[in-house]
Amino acid sequence: MMLQSSPADPLLKVENLVVEYNVGGKTVHAVSSVSLDIARGETLGLVGESGCGKSTLGRAVLQLRHAQSGKVLFDGNDLTAMRGDALRKMRQRVQLIFQDPIASLNPRRRIGDIVAEPLVISGVKDPEKRKQMVSDVLSAVGLDPGLVMGRLPHEFSGGQCQRICIARALVLNPDFIICDEPVSALDVSIRAQILNLLEEMKARYGLTLLFIAHDLAVVKAVSDRVAVMYLGRLCEVGPSEQLFARPAHPYTALLIEAIPVPDPDMRPAEAVAVGEPPSPIAPPSGCRFRTRCPRADAKCSTEVPELRAVAPGQYAACHHPLI
Amino acid sequence: MTDRALLSVEEVLVDLPTPRGNLRAVDRVNLTVGAGQTLGVVGESGCGKTMLSRAILQLLPKKAKLQGRVMFDGQDLVSLDRESLRKLRGRSLAVVFQDPMTSLNPVLTIGTQLIETLQEHLELDLAAARKRSVELLAAVGIPAPDQRLTQYPHQLSGGMRQRVAIAIALSCEPKLLIADEPTTALDVTIQAQILDLLAREQRRRHMAMILITHDLGVVAGRTDEVAVMYAGRVVERAPTPALFKKMRMPYTEALLAAIPKLDAAPHTVLPAISGRPPDPTRPIKGCSFSPRCRYAVARCHGEKPELTEAETPAHQYACFHPIEMPVAVPA
Ligand SMILES: Nc1ncnc2c1ncn2[C@@H]1O[C@H](COP(=O)(O)OP(=O)(O)OP(=O)(O)O)[C@@H](O)[C@H]1O
Ligand SMILES: Nc1ncnc2c1ncn2[C@@H]1O[C@H](COP(=O)(O)OP(=O)(O)O)[C@@H](O)[C@H]1O
Ligand code: SF4
Ligand code: SF4
Ligand SMILES: [Mg+2]
Ligand SMILES: [Mg+2]
Repeated sequence: MMLQSSPADPLLKVENLVVEYNVGGKTVHAVSSVSLDIARGETLGLVGESGCGKSTLGRAVLQLRHAQSGKVLFDGNDLTAMRGDALRKMRQRVQLIFQDPIASLNPRRRIGDIVAEPLVISGVKDPEKRKQMVSDVLSAVGLDPGLVMGRLPHEFSGGQCQRICIARALVLNPDFIICDEPVSALDVSIRAQILNLLEEMKARYGLTLLFIAHDLAVVKAVSDRVAVMYLGRLCEVGPSEQLFARPAHPYTALLIEAIPVPDPDMRPAEAVAVGEPPSPIAPPSGCRFRTRCPRADAKCSTEVPELRAVAPGQYAACHHPLI
Repeated sequence: MTDRALLSVEEVLVDLPTPRGNLRAVDRVNLTVGAGQTLGVVGESGCGKTMLSRAILQLLPKKAKLQGRVMFDGQDLVSLDRESLRKLRGRSLAVVFQDPMTSLNPVLTIGTQLIETLQEHLELDLAAARKRSVELLAAVGIPAPDQRLTQYPHQLSGGMRQRVAIAIALSCEPKLLIADEPTTALDVTIQAQILDLLAREQRRRHMAMILITHDLGVVAGRTDEVAVMYAGRVVERAPTPALFKKMRMPYTEALLAAIPKLDAAPHTVLPAISGRPPDPTRPIKGCSFSPRCRYAVARCHGEKPELTEAETPAHQYACFHPIEMPVAVPA
């Protein structure tokens, strides 16, 4: 199925992507026929509960995970059909930032070498040139190159390690960065610093971002559009403001209601969510959200809802949308 | 207020020896919790929240040095013998940790753990304990509770495990429940359910609760009083509505401002707090927040502000230049 939401000039186009894991002879339906587009210069936020397939989708886009079927078109080239050198070249333009900044840095290597590694792999041979590039990118993320290049990861806090990871992702001047929960492990005060930094870097390097998180307020702070995922499927996608103001999918509405609001007059609505997500090994028939959905009826258990336009630019996969 | 308090923490100080030198994890903290009241303790990671809760529970690391008094239900826990403490902890003083596996035994079934707790502290016979266990699991929202009794913790999701840990903590009808970041490891939807569950059980049992979190949003609608911690100290303390209406401590204000707001437009620059919390083995001479505070003046760098009363004795803050203007509460 083609998404009508297609931006005129998508940098990334994911079509009917299916990713499955095999666990003890059983199939985990991690990503089931997901399609989405990201326009050049856009930030698309991707939200959903733990285990819904966000990271799997991100890794499959990067070809770090083999997809059972579907296409990943990056700048017009199908990455799923590319191999060897061609793929490697293309992958230099796409980088990944992880949730756990400390764990994603090699503890025995110096910061200067860690940030230079992508340059070595991509064949920048001149050490002086490499050093200059590393130094530039470290300054760009707010670190003093002279102070940090010679030090080891354990000498840095979580927030500083995330700055280092961002520097490493930027050093090859990529077009596209997948940020997989880049601030989930950070404290509130540091989180705001890193979110601001990502926005700055996006403008400075002309980046396109896929921003994965489970915190909706964080996602809204940086995204132009937001996609909501549930148990391997896309539920809803639309412009951030619009989606938060008028969610069409009952699951989006549930996620919004569950956010704790720092205002004592807003007594939290009791019992917003009904139960927990089912196992992706045996997802419910029809609409996968039906076991927790207050609007579910017979049709929801037999027919898989397709994404349909509910408002300009907003699409929801639901038989009985809220708008 | 103090004479009616169920728990009163008095001048509690926790020192931990580390290779880098002495680490003052908790620095002269005073708190009270009345029967049936909920106190929220808020602060960033490493500010001493867990060490404070462990100091109350008398579960500090062996090498830790504790000073001060912890008066609970008329006795000083600091001077209580181990056996009495053990009895108390299972019975009138209960705890739920961030990681439910801390309180669950991985090799015993859920049923065995619940039933044993009930038998030990309430002296119920097996049949009665079993019946109570099923009721408790149902009360914490576990579907098909009688079937769950035979399951092991690893067979449950994180949210389910936390529900079981809460069921065990509630099993002996404690007077005080300490919940140390009970939802930090969980998804927002599950977090909302667990917090609702705790609030409901707390009201129903007229139990007192200390809800520890790093998220001001979590305490806003769910506590009677809030204590904000920074670098081992309580830096602001107030009844929850008063705190959100008029925060006085610049750190509290900055912490609230740094949270992304749902009603803000995308790509709004967040008012971040510069720098990071101080190294707790290198105490700062003046106000611990002074290196990051945008209101800091010379005095802040040389002298430590004590907790002072604001308009009402219940609202206290540690700052030389408290914020005077009422803070607009974001929706
Ligand atoms: N290597 C793997 N082998 C088997 N199953 C896996 C593997 N990685 C992920 N899964 C399963 O695939 C599903 C999707 O996982 P994924 O990590 O993509 O979720 P996520 O949305 O990123 O979750 P989180 O918010 O916890 O990071 C889950 O059910 C998960 O248990
Ligand atoms: N077992 C320990 N030994 C030494 N230092 C510790 C230990 N546990 C915690 N700390 C230190 O004590 C301080 C307070 O920690 P903690 O109470 O766990 O903070 P919080 O719960 O607020 O995140 C931190 O600086 C932390 O590194
Ligand atoms: S399709 Fe049915 S079950 Fe699914 S979200 Fe819509 S109403 Fe709910
Ligand atoms: S005492 Fe000074 S440095 Fe500390 S919070 Fe108040 S104004 Fe800021
Ligand atoms: Mg993930
Ligand atoms: Mg803690």
